[in-house]
Amino acid sequence: MTKRQTHLKQLEDEGIYIMREVAAQFERPVLLFSGGKDSIVMVHLALKAFYPAKIPFPLMHVDTGHNFDETIAFRDKLVEENNVELIVGSVQESIDKGDVKEETGPDASRNALQTVTLLDTLKKHQVDAALGGGRRDEEKARAKERFFSHRDAFGQWDPKNQRPELWNMYNGLKNQGEHFRVFPISNWTEMDVWQYIAQEEIDIPEIYFAHERKVFNRRGVWLADTDYVNRMEEEELETRTVRFRTIGDATCTGAVLSTASNMEEIIQEVASARQTERGNRHDDKRSETAMEDRKRQGYF
Amino acid sequence: MSKKTSNAQNHEQQDTKYLDMDLLRFTTAGSVDDGKSTLIGRLLYDSKSIFEDQMDAIEKTSKSSGEEGVNLALLTDGLKAEREQKITIDVAYRYFATPKRKFIIADTPGHTQYTRNMVTGASTAELAVVLIDASKGVLTQSRRHAFISSLLQIPHLVVAVNKMDLVDYDEEVFNEIVADFRNFSKKLDIDNITYIPISALKGDNVVSKTRVGKSTNGQKGSEETNFMSWYNGPTLLHHLETVKVDASHNVVDFRFPVQYVIRPNQNFRGFSGRIVSGRIKPGDEITVLPSKLSSKVKEIVTKGENLKEAFPGDSVVLTIEDEIDISRGDMIVRKNNVPKITTHFEAYICWMDDDAMKTGKKYQMMHTTKVTPVFFDEVIYKMNVDTLSSEDADELKLNEIGRVKLTSAQPLFIDAYQVNQRTGSFIVIDPASNVTVGAGMIRASSTESTKNSKLKTQTSPNIVWEPWNIPREEREKRNGHQANVLWFTGISGAGKSTIAKALEKKLWEEGKQTVLLDGDQVRHGLNGDLGFSPEDRTENIRRVGETARLFFEHGNIVLCTFVSPYAEDRERVRDLLPDGKFIEVHVMCDPKTAQERDPKGLYEKAKKGEIKGLTGYDADHETPNSALTIDTDAISVDDAVELLLSKIK
Ligand SMILES: Nc1nc2c(ncn2[C@@H]2O[C@H](COP(=O)(O)OP(=O)(O)O)[C@@H](O)[C@H]2O)c(=O)[nH]1
Repeated sequence: MTKRQTHLKQLEDEGIYIMREVAAQFERPVLLFSGGKDSIVMVHLALKAFYPAKIPFPLMHVDTGHNFDETIAFRDKLVEENNVELIVGSVQESIDKGDVKEETGPDASRNALQTVTLLDTLKKHQVDAALGGGRRDEEKARAKERFFSHRDAFGQWDPKNQRPELWNMYNGLKNQGEHFRVFPISNWTEMDVWQYIAQEEIDIPEIYFAHERKVFNRRGVWLADTDYVNRMEEEELETRTVRFRTIGDATCTGAVLSTASNMEEIIQEVASARQTERGNRHDDKRSETAMEDRKRQGYF
Repeated sequence: MSKKTSNAQNHEQQDTKYLDMDLLRFTTAGSVDDGKSTLIGRLLYDSKSIFEDQMDAIEKTSKSSGEEGVNLALLTDGLKAEREQKITIDVAYRYFATPKRKFIIADTPGHTQYTRNMVTGASTAELAVVLIDASKGVLTQSRRHAFISSLLQIPHLVVAVNKMDLVDYDEEVFNEIVADFRNFSKKLDIDNITYIPISALKGDNVVSKTRVGKSTNGQKGSEETNFMSWYNGPTLLHHLETVKVDASHNVVDFRFPVQYVIRPNQNFRGFSGRIVSGRIKPGDEITVLPSKLSSKVKEIVTKGENLKEAFPGDSVVLTIEDEIDISRGDMIVRKNNVPKITTHFEAYICWMDDDAMKTGKKYQMMHTTKVTPVFFDEVIYKMNVDTLSSEDADELKLNEIGRVKLTSAQPLFIDAYQVNQRTGSFIVIDPASNVTVGAGMIRASSTESTKNSKLKTQTSPNIVWEPWNIPREEREKRNGHQANVLWFTGISGAGKSTIAKALEKKLWEEGKQTVLLDGDQVRHGLNGDLGFSPEDRTENIRRVGETARLFFEHGNIVLCTFVSPYAEDRERVRDLLPDGKFIEVHVMCDPKTAQERDPKGLYEKAKKGEIKGLTGYDADHETPNSALTIDTDAISVDDAVELLLSKIK
């Protein structure tokens, strides 16, 4: 008799299958790399999918210019060690060129601007499939997202025009100018990601583990004190033991108070967490449908 | 119980625990307002898969809409908002886990039109939960959901009878619904149905059997109460956690559709893919399709270490001993166990597009890793999903399901969907829009065995079907008439043999080649080893069907008279023969008449209790849907013979 595979093995096999479908069905795919744990897991899966060959497509990082230093250092090491190609799209450049306008005020963030840079970079490199680390458990609006998500020639997601996905057949046929976003880890939850990182002993940036940092509290979210955040006078700086559950733009990624300093402790903490990971995303708090809106514009 | 609480206590245990967790994918279906959203909300909530910020959000919404308590349905309300906005309602996926299992729910909305969504959700599911509102009973829609589950061959079905609180937790109500559903589901191909009475709203039998609340005698208690102590089965969650799902995997037929060729340098050439079914070891002999060249597996490569054996579901890279040209869309199989290679096949299609499916129009199809043009040659019939009867049609509209004939441009490597879901399924793509417009399930062709093949009738994989020495068409030409199989079914004493014998005499006089296969005769010889249990009855009909087919292929008009009470068995015989060549004749009469006739004294014996399970007495005969009916209370033997003669000319 065959042994039934563990859930992590099944999710891994599915992820690898999707990666290979992308390599086979598209001409110029990229793997969107944010520096966060989900995209690190994606790189890990891609390495497995094409072993012993190297990953047959480049990583693409949309750099807001407001990243944690650790993120960039980690990215460069990963690229170096695994001999993959890296494309960087720079939000700063988009601002300099006048394609987008920097937001102002205390909540200013480059998150919304990313979309323009992302679409421009995809276009410039004639990308026809962008692999993303999005998961359906992240947010209600994502629950019905496809593995292969179709985008029109303007990079937009039309909820009315998504293809049904049956069995394990993913239809990547498209017309000129259209492209796909593909989410190989759609079926993973935050817990699965952490368990997988632990099981595979995947290296992740230090800032996921508890460390001391200067932070301040804005509407319940702990933000790191960096050059990029406009801290208001009444927002007092405190030194706290924190870690990050997600890593994105420093202006809108909240830290959690935590003493979890190794993988086991993180898994414990995730298991007993009372907040979704996006609960700490400052950008999602701005509007009820923040995610849905950004998705339509082409952010995801 | 929940991971989150047990966790804190079993610190150490928990760390390694997730390594033995497995995964169950299931789908939920129900009509609008049956309580599906509430049930999913309840499962997520009671298994502690809901976070505070999500809870806060729905508490707020519940309050603002003036509801008392928290409306769990709001946890999954994404689809409802869309319904109002008339956006495509589709499948939404939800996740939760207990220490035993991780669950993926494919949640499909229950609206009448959305057959396509349920088909989509069901295509990846190993279990389906069909909700029935206890206060409404089994509705047309519930039947539709069960039918789709059986069409998609979901191995496990759970019928959750919801809103038991509205019917005072009455055992009778539950039993009636179960009986009703059971009666209907006999017509379907589902082995494993579990019935569970629940209240999604209150929580009874969802995660636990008891809860704090008012007992039925109206006394408010703070004690945990079991409101349905008459029910002895598992709670829904317990069933989901423990149901065995391995058995549905095909571990016999090795199928490996090549996804992508991995070639880092001149010295390495590997073929990547996910094993669809069967297993493989280094050294095993393989054949590559379509080239049919053979070789041996050299290594099963993964990052990490090479494997000694690989199983269904594994994503691996195979290298082989010889240099053979292999590319995406090819398939690696075992040397002596190959799928059917063909460009012509039959399938059930569920149509998913506003533009109807047209015969003669060119579509694309995707089957395993192959994309090729395809034409629909013919719509054989469309299914009326509500009555399960077939209707004439020459196209299929959105949400319609039908049986069709297709021709593909390139040869496909197929198995029947019933035997292998992955090599038996395909999608249809409109070449103008590139949109997925249809889902197909390949039917067993006449040279393959069909239902339950794994148990009894699987043709030995080593035997390749040989074409007939002298084709039937030639024999028919010489005989001057067509070959046919007339299948007389009905209870003992209905008049099957009488009519068949009269018909055979008539045919004989006309100089036609005939064979009469009679139940009693066969049971004395060929099937002397069989009794009357359901399994033996099935096997009896299977052997007779195969025998009838041999005579048929030799140009005879074959008359078969068998009680054959199970529709499924008769369908299997139909499947053995070319379309239209199996003529089912339901010979019937009032049971009283049959008991009076009692030609073999069987009813007499049954009355005395000497035999049990006599069809027409204490066992049912499943009425055929699409048969010719002859009521022997109403027409004479001669008239019946005339009628039948007109059918085979
Ligand atoms: N009394 C009772 N009402 C229920 C139960 N389950 C759901 N409902 C109610 O039935 C209505 C429809 O439920 P909902 O979950 O939205 O149904 P859906 O359309 O199938 O998703 C709501 O008013 C629920 O509160 C139950 O077990 N008992």
